Amino acid sequence: MELIKPGMNIPFTKYRHIAVGLSTVVNLLVLVFLFAKGPNLGVDFAGGTVVQLKFSQKVSIPEIRTALGSLATSETVIQDFGQQDSNEFLVRLEKTAVEIGSLGEQLRTGLTRHFGAGRFEIRRIESVGPKVGKELRQQGAWSVIAATIMMGVYIWFRFQLRFGLGAVVALIHDVLVTIGALMLAHYEFDLTIIAALLTIVGYSVNDTVIVCDRIRENMRKARRESLEAIINMSINETLSRTIITTGTAIMVLIALFLLGGGVIRPFAFALLVGFFSGVYSTIFIASPVILLWEKGRTSGAQVQKTESRRK
Amino acid sequence: MRRSVAIRLALFIIATLASLVYLAPTFLGGRLPEWWGNFLPTDKIHLGLDLQGGSHLILEVKVDKAVENNIERVKGDITNILRERGISGVSVDRVQGTQIQLKIPAASVERVQGVLKGDFPSLAVLNTQTSGGTTEIFLSLNKEEMRSLRDYAVDQSLETIRNRIDQFGVSEPVIQREGQTDILVQLPGIQDPQRAKEIIGKTALLEFKLVDDSANVEEALRNGPPPGDEILYGYGGRGEGGAAGEKVPYVLQSRTLMTGEYIADARVRPSQQLQGPYVELILNSSGARLFEQITAANVKRRLAIVLDNRVYSAPVIQERISGGRASITGSFDIKEARDLAIILRAGALPAPVEIIEERSVGPSLGSDSIRQGVISFVVGISLVVVFMIIYYKGAGVLADVALIFHILFLLAILAAFKAVLTLPGIAGIVLIAGMAVDANVLINERIREELRAGRAPRSAVEAGYEHALPAIIDTNVTTFLSGLILFQFGTGPIKGFAVTLCIGILTTVVTAVYMTRIYYDYRMGVRRLTRISI
Repeated sequence: MELIKPGMNIPFTKYRHIAVGLSTVVNLLVLVFLFAKGPNLGVDFAGGTVVQLKFSQKVSIPEIRTALGSLATSETVIQDFGQQDSNEFLVRLEKTAVEIGSLGEQLRTGLTRHFGAGRFEIRRIESVGPKVGKELRQQGAWSVIAATIMMGVYIWFRFQLRFGLGAVVALIHDVLVTIGALMLAHYEFDLTIIAALLTIVGYSVNDTVIVCDRIRENMRKARRESLEAIINMSINETLSRTIITTGTAIMVLIALFLLGGGVIRPFAFALLVGFFSGVYSTIFIASPVILLWEKGRTSGAQVQKTESRRK
Repeated sequence: MRRSVAIRLALFIIATLASLVYLAPTFLGGRLPEWWGNFLPTDKIHLGLDLQGGSHLILEVKVDKAVENNIERVKGDITNILRERGISGVSVDRVQGTQIQLKIPAASVERVQGVLKGDFPSLAVLNTQTSGGTTEIFLSLNKEEMRSLRDYAVDQSLETIRNRIDQFGVSEPVIQREGQTDILVQLPGIQDPQRAKEIIGKTALLEFKLVDDSANVEEALRNGPPPGDEILYGYGGRGEGGAAGEKVPYVLQSRTLMTGEYIADARVRPSQQLQGPYVELILNSSGARLFEQITAANVKRRLAIVLDNRVYSAPVIQERISGGRASITGSFDIKEARDLAIILRAGALPAPVEIIEERSVGPSLGSDSIRQGVISFVVGISLVVVFMIIYYKGAGVLADVALIFHILFLLAILAAFKAVLTLPGIAGIVLIAGMAVDANVLINERIREELRAGRAPRSAVEAGYEHALPAIIDTNVTTFLSGLILFQFGTGPIKGFAVTLCIGILTTVVTAVYMTRIYYDYRMGVRRLTRISI
């Protein structure tokens, strides 16, 4: 079976202006959104408490709010969690005056008074103090930035500087698109999201590596072709690999997204978006950056000369 | 070629057998024969707190408080020594938390400075001012002393907390220092995190102080306590008078006569008459002597027993008490009394601790997570396996076999290195399975290309492996690097994901590239490779 027929030649590089324009707009929108509104931070980063409750009978959100009494403020968010009809809820308490350690007991007292003992279960409590949250937030952001730069340096070292730059721009694009999608879908940013972003950085660059590897090979073989033609040829030749390698990862991610449970869902969602974006950015972002860098420096003919001298 | 095939095959068989041995305890559990444990590994794959349930706490030791306590003690020492040496007219005060201010009449300045230099080498002079016949000297602990004091406070807290947890009875707790002032505590599988937190978090500073009978309680509440006194509260209940839960104020002399450091043992005693159970303290020999002196000197006065600034009881001393036994009564039930005894036995914390992070997971959520993880694992991998067979036929089956061995090796390494499997870790195993076949995709696509270019199957396979390898290495290195960064940054469950990601990448390269190659080399060795299914 073949997904992409051999000999196919889609002129991807022709669409680069549209693609780069579109992606720039999208990325700028994400940045504006990110700095104007700020991401929806989970307790890992913002501090506060999240409690997962499971009831043995059907209860409504206002009932829970009443049961929490003074613990629930106007900022308390209570939402359905888990599968339908599982009677599970996630309660997010903002920084409360209550000391972290004693919150569980107060919750239990309030819920017992309202629903009766044994009718509910406190399945999970996560409390993070504001100081810890701030530290984690900074470290998380830095680790994603460091990973992105590291990928660029690795590709520079293995290929050429312009390929490394292309990869870095493509990765920034993937991370921003993922952040934007997470904000649109109202997912909270927590440690698992940082794990997802780092994985995206490490994995999305793979497609770029595969294309770069082919570009380098084709440069040796077809010296008379223009760089644009070589890039285009290389993208087409490696297209089925790019799609299939990411495709198998996407298959398992869909399973995780649908069946992995509430904690894993945001993580799987981020990876799905990031991996899709990774395929797109390799074709439409990384390659134009390589071309642009080259055109900015010299004309096409000279490139091939320098290229052949290097060999 | 044939020999190398045999050697490589033997290596893989050994690796597979070793993996099965390492995984047997996890999957067979109690059904292993008895002789197994004598010379074979019995460690199961370790489950993280999010999968088996339990509490993860980070405690911050308030080291500044330890410094303040120390300064308070030094202040007392200075006052005593000055009195002993007959230097009078000097006022000694603690200011700004951690400084000591001395006000010295001009005549005594030199003698005081001599005392400071000779007897208090751990103090540093911050500032000296002279105005109108008095000299003011500001002192604090020197840098070295300060650092060692803070360090000691954290280490000592850790030891005390470890003692308390050991007595509380938790299997395989993790208690370790994190950074400058934090302590990480992990309690797997505990049922009552609330109680554990109370036991860990109590400072448990036990003090004996005299009640100031000359002071009027109402007046002290209105106008503040007389100098040298303080107001502390007890909670009324059985035996102490007042309704249960009602706050009862006491005016106490601030001076602490004795602390809990002399406690040799603490035991719960059953209730006497109408009172609840009480905790009996057994003091060590020097504590017994001190207690005898105190009680002898204060017969008919009330001695308050204060724990963490809460008055438990204030009985009247009827007579001199020798033998080193004291008791704490109060309105507690048997469980509270038992916890109090644990805390008193384990000793006081040198400084208060505060819980700055808590993650507790109930056992039922953990088993739900495992079930969901296993289901998504089976479904996800089935999708990949079926797809590979449809798309690459024979070569797809080969990739699938490699995938199954990759999972076997990955799990075995997790078990062998006692790595901790967390929920994100399970997600990592599922994700890595989707990435594991990438190398086979790259190889197969390349072989197809070489075949299309007209090469014979044999050389197409050889060229396929050779040309695909650089890209395979590069792609895995990049993913591995980001896994390493994640490991550096991550905490708890996230670290579990990073670990499975990094180990998984190593095993995929081994199985997807080197293991599948054995098959082709074997076929090329036996007869000429004329047809391949790809």
